[in-house]
Amino acid sequence: MGRFIIRRLLLMIPLTVGVTFLTFGLMNLIPGSPYTNLRSNPRIRPSDIARLEEQLGLNRPWPVRYVEWLGDLLQGDLGRSMQNQVPVIDRISAVLPNTLLLTTTALIFSLVIAVPLGVYAAARHRSWFDRGTNLATVALWAIPNAWLAIMLVVLFSFKFKEWGLPSLPATGITSPRGGGDLMDRIKHLILPTISLGLIQIGIWSAYIRSSMLEALHSDFIRTARAKGLANRAVLFSHAFRNAFLPLVTLVGLSIPSLFGGAILIESVFAWNGMGLLALQAVEQRDYTLVMGTTLMFAVLTMLANLIADVLYGVLDPRVRVD
Amino acid sequence: MSVRRSSADVTARPATAEVALPLDHRARSAPGYYRRGWMRFRRDKLAMASLIIVIVIVLFALGAPLISKLTGFTYYENHLRFKLSAPGENGYILGSDANGRDILTRLAYGGRISLLVAFFGTVAELAFGLGLGLIAGYYGKWVDAVIMRLVDVMISIPTIALLILISSLYQPGYVLLALIIGAIYWPGDARLIRGEVLSLRNREYIQAARVVGVPSWQIMLRHLLPNVTPILLIQASLTIPSVIILESVISYLGLGVQVPTPSWGNMLQEAARFYRTNWTNVFIPGLMIYITSLSLYLVGIGLRDALDPRLSD
Repeated sequence: MGRFIIRRLLLMIPLTVGVTFLTFGLMNLIPGSPYTNLRSNPRIRPSDIARLEEQLGLNRPWPVRYVEWLGDLLQGDLGRSMQNQVPVIDRISAVLPNTLLLTTTALIFSLVIAVPLGVYAAARHRSWFDRGTNLATVALWAIPNAWLAIMLVVLFSFKFKEWGLPSLPATGITSPRGGGDLMDRIKHLILPTISLGLIQIGIWSAYIRSSMLEALHSDFIRTARAKGLANRAVLFSHAFRNAFLPLVTLVGLSIPSLFGGAILIESVFAWNGMGLLALQAVEQRDYTLVMGTTLMFAVLTMLANLIADVLYGVLDPRVRVD
Repeated sequence: MSVRRSSADVTARPATAEVALPLDHRARSAPGYYRRGWMRFRRDKLAMASLIIVIVIVLFALGAPLISKLTGFTYYENHLRFKLSAPGENGYILGSDANGRDILTRLAYGGRISLLVAFFGTVAELAFGLGLGLIAGYYGKWVDAVIMRLVDVMISIPTIALLILISSLYQPGYVLLALIIGAIYWPGDARLIRGEVLSLRNREYIQAARVVGVPSWQIMLRHLLPNVTPILLIQASLTIPSVIILESVISYLGLGVQVPTPSWGNMLQEAARFYRTNWTNVFIPGLMIYITSLSLYLVGIGLRDALDPRLSD
């Protein structure tokens, strides 16, 4: 197990190089720089812009700059944001907890609903409940998430206020005035969590249902039933324990799409997180910040995959990871 | 069950009996793989209903000029005096947007863009995925290693971040947008195809073809491709709706097809700023996206059940 983890960690190095090289190259193949929008200002001379770009070293070929960036990275230096000279690592660590809070809450929210739904649907295979869940699953994962988020805001924060019902805040992480206590934070978290998690429910419950069905058809379940075990014991302590295993891997693999979804949701709810930061970085052509956010997303994804694989090996003694 | 002899009976007959039959008789009695698939699909009421809805939506988008004639509005003309009309107000059946443009007409024209992006995006994605998956699976060794490591890299980035990066830099029209989507989302398809090819590669008929000296490209196109086509079809039918949703996400972030050319996604994005005064403008294009993606998914699932009965339960 130890050797497996070390090998996977070592494999992360070429992967990281690949991801960052791709991003760096893509970004620099397009003409323009962080100062491009200054060019439309007639009072700034082109020579000044050129001088500014030279100060940032942007006049040199990008492969050279990439190697330098990589060298700095080895020393733990992500550079400074090109817009405001704040170290990239500070800007990321300021907003990372917000994104982690949102994605984790959404993940828990969707699993808490999806697991019982999937288990129950599989237990009553081909019943009306099963068919209903099946249809609901598709109905959930076909929802356009931007639309869902805006419509939730329209209903729960705008219309509810209009109708004099208790409404939820539409944007932000805390209220601008007098906010910040736990209740206020929870209120702000509800709509983004639902927007991000609702669609995931469809995906999870479908997975759990099918892996439960597979487990329920195996011999050890027949044995358990033949021994006269109660239905609930068969379902939860025999079938579900086996159906649960693929779920661990799937949760790990879903991390990139969860972060991806967070970019949109953060933008709808002005949730000050990694997604918003990444969007802003791309818009402003803040090369160092783009590299920092991409690197962070990639590392988190790879770590999540690794943890999923390790957990799988720990939970299922039949699987030997090496 | 129908009175018609089910396809299972045909396939379950012992092979010796089939050999004994004259060839033309066999051709008539055993319908082909896709015909049998269609027969199964036709019995699936939900999938058939969804297919009809999809056809209606496509006709609605194709008939955009007709809709324009009926409503009396173009999709680009501004009528600032009547901006943000509610549905039914000032002669706008579904209301007007912030520039006083007719929502219904724009919905029809926007459907063209959204459906085109979805279609070409899926084609591009599957073309990349199929090509690289076939090559990786068939050649194996270092070719496979290189392509699969690239897949690993691509899968480690949240793809939407990459998509945002590229589309913000290029400001794409719908053709380029479709190509970009294809270039980013192919790894999943490549993995799928490669896995299938790996299982087919050592089958006897492939080995036989190789022994006879059939060139590699011909083995891939003539012998492997037809065998991965069913998965490809299923994958395509499930990819199209996801690209429709993706288009709405990119457009929401302001990076998709730019106004005044309407797409369902950028109609949603434009209207989002005015949700307080006019929420129906957000609701309508979003609902359109939802109905389309939902019925496409249901068609896809029906297709999967029909073409690959092993996968359904």
